[in-house]
Amino acid sequence: MSVWLNIALALAVVAVLGWVFRFAGQKATGNNPYFRDMPYAVAFGFALAVVLILAGVWLYFQPAANEQGVPAPSVIFWRWAVHFVAGSAVAAFLFRLAGRHVGTGASRKLFRQMPLTAAFGILVVLIYAVLAIFAAFIAPHGQEQVFAQANVVPGGNPALGGNPEFPLGTDQIGRDILSRLIYGAQNTVGIAFATTVLAFLLGGTLGFLAAVLRGWTDQILSRGVDVLMAIPSLIFSLLLITVASAWVTGTGLTVAMVVIIAVIDSTRVYRLARAVGMNIVVMDYIEAAKLRGEGMGYLIFKEILPNATAPLLAEFGLRFCFVFLTISALSFLGLGIQPPLADWGTMVKDLSAFINYAAFAPQIASAPLLAAGAIALLTVAVNFVVDWMLHRSSGLKE
Amino acid sequence: MSDRATLVEMRGIHMEGRSDETWMPIIKGVDLTLKKGEVLGLIGESGAGKSTLGLAAMGFTRDGVRISQGSVHFDGIDLLAASAEQKRQLLGKRIAYVAQSAAASFNPAHKLIDQHSEAPLAHGVSGKSEAEQDGMELYRKLRLPNPDEIGFRYPHQVSGGQLQRAMTAMAMSCRPDLIIFDEPTTALDVTTQIEVLAAIRNIVEEFDTAAIYITHDLAVVAQMADRIKVLLKGDEVEEAETREMLSNPKEDYTKSLWAVREFQRPAKAAPAVDAVPVVSVQGITAAYGKMDVLKDVSFDIHAGRTVAVVGESGSGKSTTARCITGLLPPRIGVIEFDGKPLPLDYRKRTRDELRQAQMIYQMADTALNPRQRIRDIIGRPVEFYSGLKGRAKRERVDELLEQIELPAAQFGDRLPSELSGGQKQRIGIARALAAEPKFIICDEVTSALDQLVAEGILRLLARLQDELGLSYMFITHDLATVRSIADEVVVMKEGKVVEQGPKAEMFQPPHHPYTDLLLSSVPEMDPDWLTNLLAERGVENIGDAASAQMD
Repeated sequence: MSVWLNIALALAVVAVLGWVFRFAGQKATGNNPYFRDMPYAVAFGFALAVVLILAGVWLYFQPAANEQGVPAPSVIFWRWAVHFVAGSAVAAFLFRLAGRHVGTGASRKLFRQMPLTAAFGILVVLIYAVLAIFAAFIAPHGQEQVFAQANVVPGGNPALGGNPEFPLGTDQIGRDILSRLIYGAQNTVGIAFATTVLAFLLGGTLGFLAAVLRGWTDQILSRGVDVLMAIPSLIFSLLLITVASAWVTGTGLTVAMVVIIAVIDSTRVYRLARAVGMNIVVMDYIEAAKLRGEGMGYLIFKEILPNATAPLLAEFGLRFCFVFLTISALSFLGLGIQPPLADWGTMVKDLSAFINYAAFAPQIASAPLLAAGAIALLTVAVNFVVDWMLHRSSGLKE
Repeated sequence: MSDRATLVEMRGIHMEGRSDETWMPIIKGVDLTLKKGEVLGLIGESGAGKSTLGLAAMGFTRDGVRISQGSVHFDGIDLLAASAEQKRQLLGKRIAYVAQSAAASFNPAHKLIDQHSEAPLAHGVSGKSEAEQDGMELYRKLRLPNPDEIGFRYPHQVSGGQLQRAMTAMAMSCRPDLIIFDEPTTALDVTTQIEVLAAIRNIVEEFDTAAIYITHDLAVVAQMADRIKVLLKGDEVEEAETREMLSNPKEDYTKSLWAVREFQRPAKAAPAVDAVPVVSVQGITAAYGKMDVLKDVSFDIHAGRTVAVVGESGSGKSTTARCITGLLPPRIGVIEFDGKPLPLDYRKRTRDELRQAQMIYQMADTALNPRQRIRDIIGRPVEFYSGLKGRAKRERVDELLEQIELPAAQFGDRLPSELSGGQKQRIGIARALAAEPKFIICDEVTSALDQLVAEGILRLLARLQDELGLSYMFITHDLATVRSIADEVVVMKEGKVVEQGPKAEMFQPPHHPYTDLLLSSVPEMDPDWLTNLLAERGVENIGDAASAQMD
């Protein structure tokens, strides 16, 4: 009960601080319109932000372990988070700065108008792409290579149970986690990418076709898609993959998974492509092309597609994230990418027992978090880029 | 009028808009003074800054626009320095705004009367039932049908002209000192427009409200305003009393605006009796679903002549065009081209039959693919029909751009978004010409354009007709356009042809009462026109009321 009381009291203090802040602002600036017309909610937000930032700084400078040498995990995790965010911001800033001074006029202008989040997203996507493509050259060890030392703690510090040879440690049977993370980029991201492309080819083509032809074609396709969409997608893909596993194994199963997820996800793409296409098909320039006697191929690829790229591209980014998470989820359940291929979802599952150490040994607990972090980072990065692209295509200017 | 107190005083207004990382000037130092009870007309072409200036008179700017210099005083209150709270007290209560599109400005989820009484309630002017009573009173004054009942409808249940009047009533709900009308009749038919104009003028006079009336239509502003201010690209051109301005404009730009309506083609000789018409529409009846929207429509279009099809929206003008192009195959009837019947569905027509009849659209924005360059837009039909490729195609496109008076080197590689409205419409014309047709359907090609630009398009079309011997079917609701370009006129109402004949006959009585109504509803430059018309015909005999009586 006292926890709630404390929270209520703290909020009350913040509320008063917000009022004081606005009042002081009005007095100090001689009733500047900014402070004069400031809604109270905004003042409250300012006060809350300041309080939270101060609390964060206070937590950051707490000792990482008490006098008995027992580590304080909250402080350690908080410091990692702060370091990571600050490092990312600096990297993104430098990347954007570089982009502003290198390249053609158009690309420089692009970087000049780019928010920091988008620069970060692009940087991360680029790094992942390089890692995925050149995994065989970058990874220090093979993904299937088993070493004698199992369960080496990440960090490479022998005093804490690490080994400098395996900077991110080894897993429960002694495979190098760093190498497996890099190969995981190739496997997980590569397969997710292929799946998304397939889903877009399928869904996009059918969606535009439905938009142009209307009538029966549209009805049959749309109702079929409705049926597929009515079944929860993860359960449905689990079911289909289980069925498929009766016939195929190993690589064959992975191919089956790609096709199954692509078909299920193409229903969402179909919906979008159809909706976007419908809005374009009613334009007079489509009517003009039809009256000219143009064929279906020209209509779809020359008249409709160029006008639908912006929403489709944005959807591609989001859909890629969902596909990627679905594959990780399936792998976590043991049905996705099959061992010995490295995969982030499987890695999280295999090492998940170490999460229990988080309360007293953050270094050990970080082993499963590395793969989970790789998934989260890519998802966030792609979303940053997509947000920015949506913002640009909607024509909004700040 | 001159001895009255000043209501709005704007001094040295400079406004800027954010575009492409910099602030671009929109208004460059305009002064505006409005006295109590006075109506000021603001005119100019699109992009002249009329609406921006009108909104600034309320102390309001759209997002991405700022007032960089100058002052706005409303009844002694400095609007630029006023706090948000002070402005809230004024807006809606003492200053009201009537937008161009009433359909987009009403909330479709609430009844008219509820939206009407919102402002009086919020400002504490009156209670709910009082405000509703007052609303009905205003609806009566604005001559809305069933004033006691219409307020309880939703916006989609009343017509466009009625909605615009309901919006005016809403602006009046707190009896403001100032109303800003931003093109309130631009989206309406002539027959509806006249009703709204009469209603607005009546109520503004009755309550002695000051108003700023923004429009690009000179004839309309002549009826409404006491004084007229002409804007050009953010600068004031001149300002004078309405009569003075109409009879004796000082600046060249104003004179050119006034002269627009004088363009008229010489009449052509009537076609030979035995001539085969290029297009002959014979007794077509067409339906959307089960509803017949065209009933037994027949007319001929002869070589080298222009047939104007006029009527208000919903009269079936555009549907007739869709029948001719084959997009909507008629249920009954025949369409002949050069004496030979055309397949009714465009999908069954040969490429050559499609080539012969081209179309130019009203909205050049949606008629040109925004992702294709001008060269490709015009080049495609050239390649498609004549099979020209490479150099020959390029030369043909240059030649077409030459014909529409746009230099190929400058415009060929642009995207449609990099062109002005008039230039886009010219590209639409070039695309139609690229097919080398005999017959072109022009669907309201000038109604989205400013008058000066529209005149340029009309002159271009007339020149092309003389040079290439084209036949036009010219769909329009603007009778000034008909007067300037048509050889023959077809008047349509509710899917039927009510009257047709040579232009000269159409503009002389006696004619069908509907033609008469259409003709008399077109505003003229004479500032007394509306007053005289109302005196002559009576308020009962204009607009919807008159149309209703006719049936």
